Amino acid sequence: MFDLVWLIPLCPLVGSVINGLFGKKIKNETVIGTIAAGSVFCSFIVACGCLIQLLSLPGEERHFEKTIFTWIQSGSFKADIGFLIDPLSCVMLMVVTGVGFLIHLYSIGYMHGEEGFYRYFCYLNLFTFSMLCLVSANNLLLMFVGWEGVGLCSYLLIGYYFHKKSAGDAGKKAFVMNRIGDFGFLLGLFTMWWWMGGSHNIWTINFRELASHADMFPVGGVTTVICLCFFLGATGKSAQIPLYTWLPDAMEGPTPVSALIHAATMVTAGVYMIGRMNFMYIKSPTALLVVACIGAATALFAATIGTAQNDIKRVLAYSTVSQLGYMFLAMGVGAFGAGIFHLMTHAFFKACLFLGSGSVIHAMHHALHHEHSDADPQDMRNMGGLRGKMPVTFTTFLIATIAIAGIPGFAGFFSKDEILWQAFSNPHHGAANYALWAAGACAAGLTAFYMFRLVFMTFFGETRLSAKAFSHLHESPIVITLPLMVLALLSIFGGYLGVPHVLGEALGGIPNVWEGYMEPVFAYSTEYMKHSGAGGEHGSVAMEWGLMGVSVLIACGGIALAWALYIVAPKAPEKFVATFPVLHRAVYNKWYVDEIYDFTIVNPCKALGNFLWKGFDVVVVDGIVNGVAAVVRGFSGVLRHVQTGMVHNYAFSMVLGVVVIVGCYLFR
Amino acid sequence: MLALENYLILSAILFAIGTVGVLTRRNAIVIFMCVEMMLNAVNLTLIAFSKYLGNIDGQVFVFFIMTVAAAEAAVGLALMIAFYKNRESIDVEDINMMKL
Repeated sequence: MFDLVWLIPLCPLVGSVINGLFGKKIKNETVIGTIAAGSVFCSFIVACGCLIQLLSLPGEERHFEKTIFTWIQSGSFKADIGFLIDPLSCVMLMVVTGVGFLIHLYSIGYMHGEEGFYRYFCYLNLFTFSMLCLVSANNLLLMFVGWEGVGLCSYLLIGYYFHKKSAGDAGKKAFVMNRIGDFGFLLGLFTMWWWMGGSHNIWTINFRELASHADMFPVGGVTTVICLCFFLGATGKSAQIPLYTWLPDAMEGPTPVSALIHAATMVTAGVYMIGRMNFMYIKSPTALLVVACIGAATALFAATIGTAQNDIKRVLAYSTVSQLGYMFLAMGVGAFGAGIFHLMTHAFFKACLFLGSGSVIHAMHHALHHEHSDADPQDMRNMGGLRGKMPVTFTTFLIATIAIAGIPGFAGFFSKDEILWQAFSNPHHGAANYALWAAGACAAGLTAFYMFRLVFMTFFGETRLSAKAFSHLHESPIVITLPLMVLALLSIFGGYLGVPHVLGEALGGIPNVWEGYMEPVFAYSTEYMKHSGAGGEHGSVAMEWGLMGVSVLIACGGIALAWALYIVAPKAPEKFVATFPVLHRAVYNKWYVDEIYDFTIVNPCKALGNFLWKGFDVVVVDGIVNGVAAVVRGFSGVLRHVQTGMVHNYAFSMVLGVVVIVGCYLFR
Repeated sequence: MLALENYLILSAILFAIGTVGVLTRRNAIVIFMCVEMMLNAVNLTLIAFSKYLGNIDGQVFVFFIMTVAAAEAAVGLALMIAFYKNRESIDVEDINMMKL
């Protein structure tokens, strides 16, 4: 099955091409949807096969490279189209194809009746192809092709409702911010290739070759530069400070797009990239500190904004930014396996949350449509009491929310707790570790709070819709609820792959399957950390239990606060807002970050553009062109007077010419 | 025979008179006559030199010039007739349609 790994990216590409070229003629929605979802399902089957074959091999041999052909060979630069199968890429392949397939299935129901139905599936398949290239590439250049491809498809899909100006603007914003990040990625790539080649004469961009030469990367110095450049790319792609503002705006796209791209797959590309290059990052404590700090800061910052938003998708968007911060926090303290574990569990519960919100929005849209009201179907202030009308959606949504809040027994608890424990106990960064843990813990509390605020405002309490609209609410069809149910189950049971040691021993010897599985990929880093004195389980067992208890307490505290403010005393939030108007306004307006960016960066750029247009292009360039024409016109105006139209003048000039010629002969 | 210079001076004077006539006269027929005068002045020069140098080439060339002059006169007169049919005048100052 390893030899067929090239089928994994190819199937969605074929689906995309067919839907793109012939979709308009194939009017039948079922056919288009089947081609799209079916191609992703084929990739999923092949990915399962690869995983099974991988698991049959012993640990050290779990890697396989398949080169299709050499793409570029220029001097010492060689890049081929090749795929790498190892534990890390297998996990990513399974997540992308699995969750991707469920979302394709969901979209068939969600996008029913849309005019650009085939266009949507063409772009979605193209995105899946790019993402699969990204995660299965065996060299940095092919990964970058996928990296750019997902950025492009993100733009195409965010701007899907292109008739709305806000959607087009959001697409452009996402694309431009991604490109700023890509600039960093390219700088990192160039620096690394140039430096490795120049100092060690190793000219390669292949991951396994680079990993085998990992010892040659110095501690700090150029390694820090390379890692920070790559991390800039990751902040753009994975929406961290400073390049995160595109993600909340990206909610203009259809909800399944938000689920796939901005929750489960594209935004995780940055985390995957750091995991892939872990052997480089471990050599640079500065870069790791930067990664961890930005991750923790983003987690906390986005969580604060999420508490005040009223649009259901906005809350989820800020939640995504916050959870990505957790993943980067994990990477930054050297817990690469934990970061990828959280990536996987987050994909499950976040996709479930987004798809669930899509189901809610769909139902609200229908209900409000019946009433001919133009209230916003996505605004939580118009919802309430939905749990009786949409039981399956409510149950799956609640399960996913419990998972994200980090309640024991559900997937989110295991991954989030592992990250917080590693942040606390892994003395890679000295005293900063405690600050990082504290930030993470606060963010966890806020996460529990605002997620349950969302659930209570939407599903509990008295409805804020009119009775007529409320009576029109109904559960969504099976094609929408089936993916919800599958993802909810994964949100519960997906976490048991990575049971922490202390808990596993207490429960009778459950191993940490995840850690063992990911070990070959991060072996170098783990060894390095042991030798350099950091890493490993440095805290005592008691401390681990203690921290676990603290995180559970914090989560329960957040839930309790949400219960108090939104179930017990529904008027309390308004009083709170009235008491702290400035704070509320700042948080509600996303701490004015967009406005600050507009003021400092966007408007100066626009002004520069205007100046170059009106001051340079029009005045100088057009001036030169028009000036040349004016000079010619001036000359001709003078010379024109030779042609008087009088015969005598012409005769005279002929005689004059003869005289001149004769004169020349005479006086030569 | 007279000395060469006499013939040359006569020829030069005739040529000058013809040139002035072309430049100043308004009647097209008079201009044609002046042109003929210039051509004949040149003929005189050629014959004078032919006799002086004892070379018959000059006289042969005169025949050519006379032929060309005759043809040119025919063409020119036809042109003037066409012009007259249009403008009712053969005054060269009336040929001014190309004037700005």
